[in-house]
Amino acid sequence: MASILSLENISKRFGAVVVADGIDLALDQGEALGIIGPNGAGKTTLFGMATGTVTPDAGRIVYDGADITRLAPERRCRLGLARSFQIPQPFSGMTVFENVVVAAAFGAGESERAVYDRCADLLDRCGLIDKANKRAGGLTLLDRKRLELARALATKPRVLLLDEVAGGLTEHECGTLVELIKTVRAGGVSIIWIEHVVHALLAVVDRLAVLHGGKIIASGDPHTVIRSPQVEEIYMGIAADA
Amino acid sequence: MSEHRVEHATRSSQVGVALIAVTLIALALAPFWGDRQTLRLLAEVYAFVALASLWNLLAGYAGLVSVGQQAFVGLGGYLLFALVIMFDVHPVLAIFIAGPVAAIIAIPVAALTFRLRGAYFAIGTWVVAEVFRLLASQVSVLGGGSGISLPAAAVIAMAPTRQAREFAIYWLALALAVIVLVAIVVLLRSRHGLALTAIRDNETAAQSNGIGVVRIKYIVYVLVAFGTAMIGALIFLQKLRISPDTAFSVNDWTAFVIFITVIGGIGRIEGPIIGTIIFFVMRQTLSDLGSMYLLIMGAVAIVVMLWAPKGVWGLIVERYGWQALPLQRRLVLKDKSRPDA
Repeated sequence: MASILSLENISKRFGAVVVADGIDLALDQGEALGIIGPNGAGKTTLFGMATGTVTPDAGRIVYDGADITRLAPERRCRLGLARSFQIPQPFSGMTVFENVVVAAAFGAGESERAVYDRCADLLDRCGLIDKANKRAGGLTLLDRKRLELARALATKPRVLLLDEVAGGLTEHECGTLVELIKTVRAGGVSIIWIEHVVHALLAVVDRLAVLHGGKIIASGDPHTVIRSPQVEEIYMGIAADA
Repeated sequence: MSEHRVEHATRSSQVGVALIAVTLIALALAPFWGDRQTLRLLAEVYAFVALASLWNLLAGYAGLVSVGQQAFVGLGGYLLFALVIMFDVHPVLAIFIAGPVAAIIAIPVAALTFRLRGAYFAIGTWVVAEVFRLLASQVSVLGGGSGISLPAAAVIAMAPTRQAREFAIYWLALALAVIVLVAIVVLLRSRHGLALTAIRDNETAAQSNGIGVVRIKYIVYVLVAFGTAMIGALIFLQKLRISPDTAFSVNDWTAFVIFITVIGGIGRIEGPIIGTIIFFVMRQTLSDLGSMYLLIMGAVAIVVMLWAPKGVWGLIVERYGWQALPLQRRLVLKDKSRPDA
């Protein structure tokens, strides 16, 4: 299968801290890839580089056959590369509905009126329809996370990058979220999902990669990777090179 | 196939629009009920409402905190004097030429200042205004450093009697303020307004949702220069005299304007209007106190910043969810009643 998004030999450091050290990662068309790793492993920075809010020091990013390493974030979004933020970033002064309309109109490049129905549907699917006219700034954490997802979906993505959308959710909420992500995937969207809630991740992804110290230290079948000695070491809190 | 409707108006905005309409009619008739003093004061109020609304668009929505908007107030004023004195243009026509000319000049100015971020941008815009002031003082045909008065012939050409002239300037000031406000409302209700409001709330998220933030900021900067220069031209047409120090005064055209916007509520279209009313009430009641007046104004600014950082209107929006103008998009579902607010 052809890869839709690939990071080629990407490196990034913030001062003395190396957050990406020659990372190679490719996402196949239609694939769902999970990424786990301890805090500070560079997971969110990886999304930042893929979507253009962080510039890599070296390496290149290829999306759908084109080099997008230097492309502005809004252009990448319009090409179909959407993300959710780990810390929700709502447009707090706008209503929930307006938040989604912004993403639908600009991210998918459609006229404002043309997106109203689609946005209402999306809010319904994400469980936010009753709060459509509430100010986004007044939402609970759970609803903010739902809004992150609704907004990312509103841009009509071909690749969806999810950053810890399940954290802090109850078991039941998590189940609903997993079902939603499965339907998105069934619609042909390729997904990379960063998550600490491993069981939610395993319910969706085809492949699991482990990021540690700015490197991909394991990648492959989710159930095999999760039981690998490297992962056990990291999650037992023992440094990999100790 | 539209299943759902989207409404802009709410009950508070219907009340707001009705109130605004009544007020506008009363203000348009002011020459018939107000004395000269009142007309002058009101015209000044309109100029500040417009300047503050423009600064609010720039800083409150587009996040461009400029402390150099006096560059465009002064530029507008000087363009008016130059057009009238050097090219014999009618003063009212000169106002409408000053706007587009200033917008053209704003293009390279933006290219320069946009290389700076945050506080550096603020200082950069101030430096530009100082450069403009120094350039103005070099133009000897416009009075150099000591300034110049509008020639009597041009003043008389506007209207034969002093009263007719004062009425004309009053209506012009009201009309310009209304034009600026209507333009801002139309902009904010448009697709670009949606993007601007998103930028106001969260620039990173706006970018990640497909909004070309830099391009929109550029457009806003140039449009604001357009409006600011027109208001500047009007202000100095009313004063009939211009000098580099009054035209490019950071105090009059930026410090007071920032005070107004912040007190009233930055990032809300209603904020600058409320702020201007508060500012002028304070000025009219406290100006006899001399320097105490400025101290009180400073204290008010500090108190508002601490207890109501979103300004008076921001506080009202947070508590009651009012909007005086129908800007919000509210979803009304076909089958259900509206999702409650």
